[in-house]
Amino acid sequence: MPAPHSLKTTNDIVQNGAIYRTTGLTKVYGEGPAAVHALRGVNLEIPTGELVVLLGPSGSGKSTLLNILGGIDRGSDGDVFFQDNALSEMDDRGLTAYRRAHVGFVFQFYNLMPSLTAQENVELVAEISPAPMKAIDALDLVDLGDRANHFPSELSGGEQQRVAIARAIAKKPTVLFCDEPTGALDSKTGVTVLKALQKLNKELGATTLVITHAAATAAMADRVVHFADGDIREVIENQIPVTADKISW
Amino acid sequence: MLRDLWRIKGQALAIIFVIAAGIALFVMSSGMMIALEETMRAYYERHRFADAYAPVKRAPNHLLADIRNLDGVSTAEGRINGGGLVTLEKASAPVSARVISYDPDAASPINAVYLVEGRMLRTTQSDEIMLLKPFADAHNLTPGDSIAITMNGAQHTFIIAGLVLSPEFIYALPPGEFVVDAGRFAVLWASEEAMEAAYDLDGAFNEVILTTSRNTNEDGLIDDLDRLLAPYGAVGAFVRADQVSNKYLTEELKQLETMGVVMTPIFLGVAIFLLNIVITRLVHTEREQIGLLKAFGYSNNDVGAHYLKFVLVIALGGALVGWGGGQYLGRLLSGIYQKYFHFPFLLFNPEFRTLGLAVLFSAAAAALGAFSAVRGAVSLSPAVAMRPPAPPHFTRGNAFSKTLTRILDQPSRMILRRVSRQPFRAALTTLGIGAAMGLAVMMRFNMNATDYMLDISFNIADRSDVFVTFAEPLSETTIYELSNIEGVIYAEPFRASAVMFRNDRIEHLGAVTGLPENPVLNRAIDANLALVDIRGDGIVFSEQLADILEIAVGDTVIAEVREGRRPTLEIPVTGLVEAMIGTPAYMTSDALNKKLKEPNRASGAYLKIDMAQRNKVYDKLKSMPLIAGVSLRREAYYNFQKMIDEGPGTFRRIMMVFSIVIAAGVVYNGARIAFIERHHDLASLRVLGFTKIETGYVLFGELALLAILALPVGSLIGLGLWVYIADALSTELYQIPVVFKESGLGYAAIVVLVSTAIAGALVQRDIMKLDLATALKARE
Repeated sequence: MPAPHSLKTTNDIVQNGAIYRTTGLTKVYGEGPAAVHALRGVNLEIPTGELVVLLGPSGSGKSTLLNILGGIDRGSDGDVFFQDNALSEMDDRGLTAYRRAHVGFVFQFYNLMPSLTAQENVELVAEISPAPMKAIDALDLVDLGDRANHFPSELSGGEQQRVAIARAIAKKPTVLFCDEPTGALDSKTGVTVLKALQKLNKELGATTLVITHAAATAAMADRVVHFADGDIREVIENQIPVTADKISW
Repeated sequence: MLRDLWRIKGQALAIIFVIAAGIALFVMSSGMMIALEETMRAYYERHRFADAYAPVKRAPNHLLADIRNLDGVSTAEGRINGGGLVTLEKASAPVSARVISYDPDAASPINAVYLVEGRMLRTTQSDEIMLLKPFADAHNLTPGDSIAITMNGAQHTFIIAGLVLSPEFIYALPPGEFVVDAGRFAVLWASEEAMEAAYDLDGAFNEVILTTSRNTNEDGLIDDLDRLLAPYGAVGAFVRADQVSNKYLTEELKQLETMGVVMTPIFLGVAIFLLNIVITRLVHTEREQIGLLKAFGYSNNDVGAHYLKFVLVIALGGALVGWGGGQYLGRLLSGIYQKYFHFPFLLFNPEFRTLGLAVLFSAAAAALGAFSAVRGAVSLSPAVAMRPPAPPHFTRGNAFSKTLTRILDQPSRMILRRVSRQPFRAALTTLGIGAAMGLAVMMRFNMNATDYMLDISFNIADRSDVFVTFAEPLSETTIYELSNIEGVIYAEPFRASAVMFRNDRIEHLGAVTGLPENPVLNRAIDANLALVDIRGDGIVFSEQLADILEIAVGDTVIAEVREGRRPTLEIPVTGLVEAMIGTPAYMTSDALNKKLKEPNRASGAYLKIDMAQRNKVYDKLKSMPLIAGVSLRREAYYNFQKMIDEGPGTFRRIMMVFSIVIAAGVVYNGARIAFIERHHDLASLRVLGFTKIETGYVLFGELALLAILALPVGSLIGLGLWVYIADALSTELYQIPVVFKESGLGYAAIVVLVSTAIAGALVQRDIMKLDLATALKARE
């Protein structure tokens, strides 16, 4: 299935230039005295290809930012650029096309289709992508090639999350969004998921944004963005990221 | 609870409408039945509607004393009942009329008329008549106007004293027709003096009407009457049940009952199903809340009562809307009834008995629908209830489905797997949509059958323009005279004779129709539209008549002729024919005349006329003294079409709306539930880059699949219903042909698919508004 809108591909931009840029991004829920300011004028640049971890307490605005960057929500004010496309200017169809062509999502609760096998869940996304990898190859990348014919109800939580990652990468996304990917998993299983993410970031070169509560995760990131009260507290560049198997929480 | 209701308001409304449709039908048909029955009973009683009739040729008045002495007779009156032709100044078409003698001074007359306007007859003034009000209204006649009528060959002019209604003519059917037309059939009541003079019946009567005492053996009484009156040219006595107007009225009541009995359960059945899936779903989403309540110490009964209250609110809503709707439809219907059934009053009163029943029915339906779901709710242990339900388990299925899924894309696989994972629910949904389609199919077939019947009756069997009957059988020179009228293209004689058929102990009062060997205008047609072969000396029976007489081809029937020399004939049965209207028996005119020893006689003729010259023809016919009745077939045809459109047509339109309500209700509920159950998945699909249309496909593909599966199911349900209804509504008066037209199925399929599309569009709105961030949250 062709994407309804065509966007510039990764090759169009300069390597290591910023893949995302926000200026004065705000998000307000509600009106008047009941209004909640989820983002208060966020300015951020994310370089292409990095693994970025967004850290912060609940309600600090990191999920809101991820939603806006991922094209499933809009800011109230300010600009958001993906490469040199203004996401803040796109209509609903444009955002759908953007997600379809460029974005891979990994959800906290996996969000696999219960009626499809692992392989079919991956194919579900591959079918609507212009140049996907083979579903079985994607599963092999997360070491689940032998579980391809299992339904979600037959897989453990960690396995389900890895299927979700395989599904996200099968389309060869420009950027991979992970919202609390280990949030529903125990520490040991969580590490296998993080390892998979790190490996894919290296091998596929997809910019990877990970939201997490677990501060320990920050050690594996190229860049750590600390959130508080709807704005960025600080951005730390990590010169020597550790490998995921060194992490525990 | 109100919050729960508000949350599922769309679905609750859909269920309320389905229940309401069933209840409305029930209230309408049963209320109409009660109204008709009670009005009929009161009218019959107050106006002493006769229990039996005995027409004769001529009997002396003193014979009445003997009749009154018969076992079971309470009161008896002799009267003169004759045919005539009314001539109206403004209209040239002749109008058939019945003229009846009436004694305005009688203390408690049988078949007393109900005076609506003007005054009763006066015995002193023999030039006055009373006229049936609907006829007067159709021609703008009022008391004081004069009216000319040809009786027994001579024209008389009368002054209209009053306009009346009569229990004998609630359904005033002209002779030889099967549809009423107020303007084309007149009934007049004249003084005995005038009638005796007009029909040469001085000191005599030609019909006895009587009332019976309670517990009278009717068969015995009829036999006694026939025996006593045989020397006076008795045609055959009959009881109230066989009186034309009463017969149509009771048939109508039976049809209303059938409608109520068949339709109400269909609607309530669908409502039970809908409530079941909605409540099951609700319980499912409220597991946690149920667990909490139970953990706090609420008993199973408390929890059960909560959900029962919930469904009872819906049931009550359905009952009230349905009852109100039924009242409205009932009033609408009673307005239509009053056009065809002439009662002095017909009130469709709010029946609180039916309100009670409606509440009871819909509460029962709701409780039944909710039962299993609520039982599931109360049987959850608090600990289990507070955990989210286990993820649904799917399997790859058998080799066939593996092959099938291989060629499908993933969204289509999701659809198929969901349907096959819950086959019972899918089957019920299919059945629900099928039921809606069945109703539409049945209604459409019903319509086709009526058209078919009309077409056969007026275009294939009877192709004449005018049908004339003679006062008594005439020689064929009269036919020659008729053919010579300017404007008459062709005149085809027929012979008809009233007979009592007998086979062993079974008897049936009917008629033999004698037709030419090669009829052109009025042809005996069987159900396959083939010409009935009536050659030779035998008689051909309609299957219905053969059934009544328990007689078969090859047997000999005894026919006691009730006119002329009153011979008793033995006639071999040479054929059977499936008739559509009435219970006819055919012979050739020649054979019948030979048996009657009255060669070359005709009872009347079918005419083909030049419509441009019809007024000339009508004028001439009116001036021919021996013509007793004239029926204009073309007018009858148009009239019948009009009636069908007004009466049953209205009913059908109502049913059509109701079947759309059911189909849309089932589909909408199915779609809403699917949406709620899967909105997390749907939001995920959207986040993964599926467009709104692609996401919608996952939802509607399933509904569309079920709707398509419902098409053959609905066709079968429709066929079954139609066969049942056609049989239940067929009477001795007319057979409803079980006609199947593919267009009926196509029409119903369109109804189903359009309803599905509408319901789909309503839920697509939800998909449009789907909050993508839901995908990021935990499953409910």
